[in-house]
Amino acid sequence: MSQDYAEAGQLDSRLPPIFERYRYEARYLVQILREVQDALGHLPAAALSAVARALCLPRARVEGVAGFYSFFHLTPVGRYRVLFSDNITDRMLGSGELIDRLCNKLWVERGKVSEDRLVSVDTTSCTGMCDQGPALLVNGRPLTRMSAERIDRISELIRKQAPLSDWPREYFLIEDNIRRYDELLGRQWPNGEALKAAVARGREAMLAEMKLSNLRGRGGAGFTTHIKWESARRAPCAGEAPARYVVCNADEGEPGTFKDRVLLSSYADLLFDGISIAGFTIGATLGLVYLRGEYAYLLPALNENLARRRRDGLLGTRVLGEDDFNFDIEIHLGVGAYVCGEETALLESLEGKRGVPRIRPPFPATEGYLGQPTVVNNVETLCKAALIAVNGGAWFAGLGTKQSTGTKLLSISGDVETPGIYEYPFGVSVAQVLNDCGAGNAQAVQVSGPSGTCLAMHEFSRRIAFEDVPTAGAFMVFGEHRDMFEVARNFAHFFAHESCGFCTPCRVGTSLVANCMDKIASGQGSQHDINEIFKIHRLLHAASHCGLGQSACNPLFDTLNKFRPAYERRLRSLAFKPAFDLDQALASARQMTGRDDPAAHFGLAAGLPGVEA
Amino acid sequence: MSTQHILLDGLPVSFTDGQTIMQAAMAADIFIPHLCHHPEFKPQGSCKLCTVKANGRYVSACTMPARDGMEVENNSPDLNDKRRTMLQMLFVEGNHFCPSCEKSGRCMLQALAYELEMLTPHFPQFYPDRAVDASHPEVLLDFNRCILCELCVRASRDVDGKNVFALSGRGISKHLIVNAESGRLADTDFSLADKAAHVCPVGVILRKRRGFAVPIGSRRYDVQPIGMQVERLARRTTTEEV
Repeated sequence: MSQDYAEAGQLDSRLPPIFERYRYEARYLVQILREVQDALGHLPAAALSAVARALCLPRARVEGVAGFYSFFHLTPVGRYRVLFSDNITDRMLGSGELIDRLCNKLWVERGKVSEDRLVSVDTTSCTGMCDQGPALLVNGRPLTRMSAERIDRISELIRKQAPLSDWPREYFLIEDNIRRYDELLGRQWPNGEALKAAVARGREAMLAEMKLSNLRGRGGAGFTTHIKWESARRAPCAGEAPARYVVCNADEGEPGTFKDRVLLSSYADLLFDGISIAGFTIGATLGLVYLRGEYAYLLPALNENLARRRRDGLLGTRVLGEDDFNFDIEIHLGVGAYVCGEETALLESLEGKRGVPRIRPPFPATEGYLGQPTVVNNVETLCKAALIAVNGGAWFAGLGTKQSTGTKLLSISGDVETPGIYEYPFGVSVAQVLNDCGAGNAQAVQVSGPSGTCLAMHEFSRRIAFEDVPTAGAFMVFGEHRDMFEVARNFAHFFAHESCGFCTPCRVGTSLVANCMDKIASGQGSQHDINEIFKIHRLLHAASHCGLGQSACNPLFDTLNKFRPAYERRLRSLAFKPAFDLDQALASARQMTGRDDPAAHFGLAAGLPGVEA
Repeated sequence: MSTQHILLDGLPVSFTDGQTIMQAAMAADIFIPHLCHHPEFKPQGSCKLCTVKANGRYVSACTMPARDGMEVENNSPDLNDKRRTMLQMLFVEGNHFCPSCEKSGRCMLQALAYELEMLTPHFPQFYPDRAVDASHPEVLLDFNRCILCELCVRASRDVDGKNVFALSGRGISKHLIVNAESGRLADTDFSLADKAAHVCPVGVILRKRRGFAVPIGSRRYDVQPIGMQVERLARRTTTEEV
């Protein structure tokens, strides 16, 4: 009881400053919950009630939001929360053994908090460090290049309860690993250069350059950027607080992608210029950056950069001395939800709600953030817009191919000699890329992450471009010794974990498929299960609410078509095998009664006469 | 603008501006299977049972605005097959034991399963562990049967102005919660007079001390299959007997 009182006292003293910082506005709910959790360690029921009262929200809504995001904890967590990145590239670098090793050293079960509440060890979706894995997060801070030696050292540091600031600095080292430079990465972009160029051009001319450039969105969908800008510029603002917004999608959650991490680390000036240019062109007053929670370590430097821009007159009122250009930028943090990379789910999250994709139409360009016209663009897209402001649309259109102009940043990881960021003009062949990154024995490449395309060797002559193999940037290479079934199984679990659960087919279907893959992996699979996967794939493709569900079975569909033996050698029979194991179901009864004689078994294990395999 | 038509399975169906495919179909007494749709509430398109093919694209009939000349495929083997699969998904996701359920015979999920000739749940059961909430003096909540249609959420928020219900969790762990720190319905301001007490299409929100009131054979969907009750479904504007 005394602890409850102590907690209640803490709530009264520690929460109000957080509420005040966000002006008690409900749209900051996700940010407020994040800070409340930072202050209290987790989100106890009383804290949710306090937040609901302060923001005048129904308590159930606050609880619903807190229950949606992976990095919110409604129950007490360990003082050290270790989350291993669970992308297939981390696994290929041996993360599985490292997790077991750490769990053994610390005497803790995976996914559970140790009894002394010191530590928990679990996995999380790809943390965007595939070029320097295996990676993990400790209390939200990324650590890279894990090895058995480092894991042993970490287990000692945790047992000694050493603060993270005393851990070896090199564990936290994150490198850019830029391997191929082209127009974007090839030079330094001074703060404000691109914005000045855009303002000198003027709004109409900037839009015309955008049109001329034929820039298409770099987040994967490839929608033409100037159309978004033009619609948002034209759409009427409505309601009590009419405004236009620019939203930068920095929720880079697609497993295998880490290009935005590099842009945010080393090209932030260019990005903020790009956001400001979009704001200038469409007449917005506020830009919002939705930064994925895994990249929270970048926040101090980004906020410092924004403060510097304010001092330099690149943000604030009368930007660059222009009378009608008032613009500022705010950074919001995500809390572990891949689906928030979908632009309308992202807007919901920005508004302090569960990250569930909206029904479209209306599109964000006409009704986006707070119902106002909003441009939502990917980090790389906005950087490219800044380049266009400097060099012009015709120059940009001269790069790449006719339908896919400009360059593209690829995040290359997996079985290659030099993983990292490669910038290529669009139209480059997969074979060329493989050659450049030193992928000697590739049997497959997963382009654009799990929701993208899996290419087999005979397709390596295809080209990276919207008209051939479109990509958001991920490029994961699998050597011939890799098991493509395990790759697909990893992806199936990723989608089951990240489904928002809004629509029936995706909510249930992704879990059914993940279970089906586990059944095949355990040697209990049959042709029936493969047919089931195809059937669910067709359903999800047709009936899911958003792109996540529609593409959730793509990696299985691709690998089944191109690497079928990887599945078939696991099948127990080519007909049907039930998932339910009658003998296994008796295990707990045997344990309770202390029996293990043949009569306590069913089927083959019973060794009864007449029972055959 | 009464001259606008969609072609629903080849049949011209008129609609007025702003109507969805679902509204146009219901007004014409044509059945499109659905669970989360209710004529009184803003459509949300989450159950996906009403998936139809409009001009060759799969869309939700309840959220898709009708357009003049739009060709809509509804009652086809392909769509009914997909709907049946989604029903099976809903059945294995929760714990649905029709023979012991008070809502049997008046349950939309069950009625649709009959309508679409679902013979087995087909998929392995998830058997989720969902506790029953019997704390409220008048109403029992049996979460085992929840299909996450959010009708109670919408009714409580939009009609009752109480926000008694909400959803929490994500993916297969998504679940219905009530507006109380204790998590118990008794600690909310919920009452039997609320609209939200009468919109559940399945057997989650049940009035206490009353069950199996109608004998088997005379229950709502014993009398007539759901596909032939479009007119009643379309005017579900008054509080139906629970």
